[in-house]
Amino acid sequence: MNPALQAVITIGLGVGGCLVYFYGSNLFLDKVLYPPRGPNAGRNINRANMIRPWLFLFPAIVLLGLYLAYPVVATLWLSLNKQVGTGSEFVGFANYAQMMSEEKFWESMQNNMVWLVVVPAMSTAFGLLAAQLTDRIKWGNIAKSLIFMPMAISFVGASVIWKLVYDSRDAAVAQIGALNAVWMKFEGGIWSVLFLRVLPVVLLLAFAAAVAWVAWGMVRVVLQSDRAVGGLEKLARGLGALVGLWLVYVALSWAFGAVRADLPYGVPQQFLTIPYWNNFFLMAVLIWIQTGFAMVILSAALRGVPEDTIEAAIIDGANPFQVFFKIKVPQIMGTIVVVWTTITITVLKVFDIVLAMTNGQFQTQVLANYMYDKLFRAGDWGVGSASAMVIMLLVMPILVWNVYNARKEMR
Amino acid sequence: MAELLLKDVEKAYGEVKVLKDINLDIKTGELIVFVGPSGCGKSTLLRMIAGLEKITGGDFSIDGVRMNDVPPAQRGIAMVFQSYALYPHMTVRDNMSFALKIAKKSPEEIRAAVDKAARILQLTPYLDRLPKALSGGQRQRVAIGRSIVRDPKVYLFDEPLSNLDAALRVATRIEIAQLKEAMPNSTMVYVTHDQVEAMTLASRIVVLAGGGISQVGSPLELYERPENEFVAQFIGSPSMNLMTGEVVETGEITTVRLDNGGLARSAVPTIASDTGQKVKIGVRPEDFIETTGEAIFTGDVEITEALGEVTLLYFKKQGDGHQVVGKLPGIRSELRRTTVSLTADPKKVHLFANGRSLLYR
Ligand SMILES: Nc1ncnc2c1ncn2[C@@H]1O[C@H](COP(=O)(O)OP(=O)(O)OP(=O)(O)O)[C@@H](O)[C@H]1O
Ligand SMILES: [Mg+2]
Repeated sequence: MNPALQAVITIGLGVGGCLVYFYGSNLFLDKVLYPPRGPNAGRNINRANMIRPWLFLFPAIVLLGLYLAYPVVATLWLSLNKQVGTGSEFVGFANYAQMMSEEKFWESMQNNMVWLVVVPAMSTAFGLLAAQLTDRIKWGNIAKSLIFMPMAISFVGASVIWKLVYDSRDAAVAQIGALNAVWMKFEGGIWSVLFLRVLPVVLLLAFAAAVAWVAWGMVRVVLQSDRAVGGLEKLARGLGALVGLWLVYVALSWAFGAVRADLPYGVPQQFLTIPYWNNFFLMAVLIWIQTGFAMVILSAALRGVPEDTIEAAIIDGANPFQVFFKIKVPQIMGTIVVVWTTITITVLKVFDIVLAMTNGQFQTQVLANYMYDKLFRAGDWGVGSASAMVIMLLVMPILVWNVYNARKEMR
Repeated sequence: MAELLLKDVEKAYGEVKVLKDINLDIKTGELIVFVGPSGCGKSTLLRMIAGLEKITGGDFSIDGVRMNDVPPAQRGIAMVFQSYALYPHMTVRDNMSFALKIAKKSPEEIRAAVDKAARILQLTPYLDRLPKALSGGQRQRVAIGRSIVRDPKVYLFDEPLSNLDAALRVATRIEIAQLKEAMPNSTMVYVTHDQVEAMTLASRIVVLAGGGISQVGSPLELYERPENEFVAQFIGSPSMNLMTGEVVETGEITTVRLDNGGLARSAVPTIASDTGQKVKIGVRPEDFIETTGEAIFTGDVEITEALGEVTLLYFKKQGDGHQVVGKLPGIRSELRRTTVSLTADPKKVHLFANGRSLLYR
């Protein structure tokens, strides 16, 4: 039979089956089981109404149980067993122990953590920026469509596109990778100094200054505020300030490095093999994709900020920056958090991009690809399942928090 | 100290001019109220004064300084919005300090200003609450407090009481009146739909209609000597009765034979050449007196509304669709379905020709 025909039949059966199930089960409930007639009519109506929600939930519960809950339990079980020949044997936490001793696992963990910080932060920041800026220009909707477009591309497709961007050819022939094409333009002259030394240094210093200012703002509240600051808040603010200090240190050392680095002008670069930095080249792909998502959601949220609070702030003397950061952003904080956590979950599961671009080589491994490696390439079900459990454990708290926040937003 | 001067101010959205030829001289310490039908441009005019809306023509100055292109924050104004426009993520204290923080005032100064405003408005217990934990009246007071702390030269209010229930509206109205009393040197501009607010608060009322100013004057002036039919009907509730007729006798007292058969005498003087002119006479419902003799109007009472101290009489609709309304003292429910004749003191009978009062020619 033609597959298309099969598909049509499947759809027909599925939709029809749903209709038959919901209609039939409700009919059975109302006509046969608890008919609203006779001496117990009132009691029957109440009982029928108590059962009805379950009729509607039943298919979803069964399917979720079958395809979600059961696999979780099965994976947990697999992670505690070891394959011996054709059978398996219970080994307790041996798989986990083996995983922990592997360098590649810790590399994945570390990379995942960097992804976890960088991608949601950048995507949300760029999304917010794009949302604010596109709302103010005439062709904003076109810009928005363009920024949103990557969302429609599969991760693998996006990876292919970016692989081309990072591609490198022999120095003698023309570069087809955009990044190398630009890179080959630098030859150590005045523009190279301007773009590769001065600009990064300025940007990094500006970043350091901004972070230092924010960190100072966090501490200042504790030091000078006229309101009482709770112990927990003090701790959080202290930690935030410390992270800020660390970021300042990193930025400054990078700025120093940018001044001193000996740049290999004229040599095409294999960007995806430069250890440590290649991670960021991979992250760029996901940021490119997720920015559109963040922008769409945040743009809707920004529109929801009451116009008169903005006007009141303008009358109060706030400049556009203050209006944005002190009036608009705080009012959409809930949405920002939801966007952030949603992207965080996507990031924790990141797999396709790494698989398609480096396959975890050159120290770019991430947990999901590590799991895939173990499960389907090495055929080691025990360790593979163990790493799957680790991913789930990492996602869980964020997921719970996300649902909590989303519900709070809805109220 | 603030004197506002609007000269030939106009506002156009593209081709459409929603306001034109606005000339207004607001003196220090006045409380000016803008009234007018919905959509006549009250809010727009107020927002132009605030600087939230661009002035597309004419000049606007405060204390002689042209303000057309000065940003809102530097105009020395503060605005209270109909929807309060409190910052939902800030406590009452932060809401009130925001402008001062932006202006980089010292923390002590801010604290003192906020505490003082909170005391005046009885908001001290709520300073650490978020706006969502306040009642409507309290929110409105915070919005007013936010203005007070900045000590502006001009206060602008856009229908500040319209979201409050009737009792609270009266209470807050009195508070605003007291506030005005306490700050005799500040100028206030107040937009409202509510006539009572306009009549009780205003030192002068500006009636806006059809994109222009219909009349400017003290509440009593507007009530007693309306310049045109629009103001006559807009001020006062129920509104003034207008009846068409023809001048039959001129002089210090003008006599008008009405189309409905009545005879009206008005203290508005006319000249001999007016004889035979088509005019409208206007009588406020409360100025009608029951009579058995010569009547301005005789008709069948359709409905009576006894309000206690007065009774409203709604007469059967006239041929032109106008329904005459009378207001008589006391409870007069027995007049329902009877024929009643009404007259009025000539001093209370207004005279209009071509929509304009003959008093002002
Ligand atoms: N952006 C705009 N473009 C075109 N016309 C506008 C715009 N904003 C307001 N108007 C028009 O300007 C007129 C005045 O509006 P405004 O809001 O000042 O009325 P208002 O007197 O405050 O009415 P209300 O009593 O209902 O608040 C209205 O007719 C409105 O349609
Ligand atoms: Mg308005």
